[in-house]
Amino acid sequence: MDNINNLYQELIIDHGTEPRNCHVMPNSNHDAEGFNPLCGDKIHVYLLLDNDIIKDISFISKGCAISTASASIMSEILKGKTLQEAQNIFLQFQHLLTTEDPAPSGLGKLIALAGVREFPSRVKCATLAWHTFKDAAQLNKSRENHD
Amino acid sequence: MDIIKYIDKIRQDFPALKTKVFGKPLAYLDNAATTQKPQLMLDAIEDYYSAINANVHRGVHFLSESATEAYEGARQRLQQFINAKHSNECIFVRGTTEAINLVATSFGQQFVKQGDEIVLTQMEHHSNIVPWKLLCERSGAELRIIPVNNNGELELSNLDAIFSERTKIVAVTHISNSLGTINPVKEIISKAHERNIPVLIDGAQAAAHIKIDVQDLDCDFYVLSAHKCYGPMGVGLLYAKQKWLEQMPPYQGGGDMILQVTFEKITYNSLPFKFEAGTPSVADAIGWHAALDYLAHLDHKAIAQHEKVLLEYCVQRLQELPHLKFWGTAKNKAPIVSFTLDDIHPHDIGTIVNEYGVAVRTGHHCNMPLMDSFGITGTVRASFGLYNTIQEVDQLCDALQNVHKIFRR
Repeated sequence: MDNINNLYQELIIDHGTEPRNCHVMPNSNHDAEGFNPLCGDKIHVYLLLDNDIIKDISFISKGCAISTASASIMSEILKGKTLQEAQNIFLQFQHLLTTEDPAPSGLGKLIALAGVREFPSRVKCATLAWHTFKDAAQLNKSRENHD
Repeated sequence: MDIIKYIDKIRQDFPALKTKVFGKPLAYLDNAATTQKPQLMLDAIEDYYSAINANVHRGVHFLSESATEAYEGARQRLQQFINAKHSNECIFVRGTTEAINLVATSFGQQFVKQGDEIVLTQMEHHSNIVPWKLLCERSGAELRIIPVNNNGELELSNLDAIFSERTKIVAVTHISNSLGTINPVKEIISKAHERNIPVLIDGAQAAAHIKIDVQDLDCDFYVLSAHKCYGPMGVGLLYAKQKWLEQMPPYQGGGDMILQVTFEKITYNSLPFKFEAGTPSVADAIGWHAALDYLAHLDHKAIAQHEKVLLEYCVQRLQELPHLKFWGTAKNKAPIVSFTLDDIHPHDIGTIVNEYGVAVRTGHHCNMPLMDSFGITGTVRASFGLYNTIQEVDQLCDALQNVHKIFRR
């Protein structure tokens, strides 16, 4: 039962059931939709970018506690960061979920999602928000090349 | 025969049921996805490869003749299983999905044109939607959908308005894979036939639970998979009335489906071989035969009675849980129970009960249009087979108690 309690720890249940920044952003200048065909989870991420700075970030979603908590914590952490900083945090977060290495420092609340590494079928739930954020910021395409 | 009296012995026949999950006994309640396999069937496949492995319909040597005999024996067993009039109306395919793709492609090419209509239902599995949608995109035909009511039953009162002179085929599932509803397919077939519209029945879920009689149903096409009725993955059956198979062009080209090949002209083989290009899954067909023999020795009515007890007990136990909502409460139901708990996502529930050894399916069950019509993204589904027990229902319900604890409700 340790694994399951570690996965569904208090912070995850808190953010999973009462997510922060969970609303449409009418004045966003970037947005994207993400979809997980395995479980039918949907998310819409909104960004207000000022050049490379994330002035504001919000989302709406229909998903499990893991994906909702991940989106909620992501929105808290990314507010005020630059896109380059966001990209670095994502890479560290991905490393946290997919390896057995000790957790890197500087991930803050995202460490609460470390339990997902014991549940390979749920890694996609935890990263859906992040991939959608990257789509919204176009980090997957042109920006990556310019940066 | 009373299954429960022999349940321990029956469970011994299925080696996968002995698996332990995190040190706990496995409660396998995902039979609608695939059933576990009896040792008898595994032995039949091993025996085929060990003793008579050869290509069928080709050699004059001993092994090839033995393999052909066993393969054609499986076809005759399937003919008997679904009560088809002729064995040449029984085409071996890879599974239900391939069977539907075969009909949508081949029947579609011959009979479906721009402006025509194809009638499906709201509760179809994606495999009985996507091949028809692809046909619509190729031909310019359109889909018409029979709706589902709140109990998860088909709303058939409006059928006369849905069928039209443009309807070229109706494709309906016999049993809903997510709700368990047993549809009144005989009534739908008879209504369609009044207008000379052929009907395809998706029997993927039916084969394990109810007796199939294609002559009594008078369906034009009936499709099923071995692996959902205790047989191997990789083989399935397309039943089609001879009159359709004769008019339909071949689906795939290759060996075995031809009589004569020149670069100028090809003459096709007779039925059923016209629709079986290439080397078939001989071992799997033989394994399926063995699985059907195993089922026959248990007695169909006894299995149905045992599964009814499991279904009723499961519904009764689940009702004890607060905030539980059932999806699919049809009067006529197979042992498939779909539910949601509060607004907790089915995937979280599935992950938690897995820790207690319980295997359930969570999500949309390849029924996205149905889930959309209910306004939900998915459900938790417990689906039973002949080897399940009352204790396993208890194991599920006890595990579900912990979901509330974890979510602190």
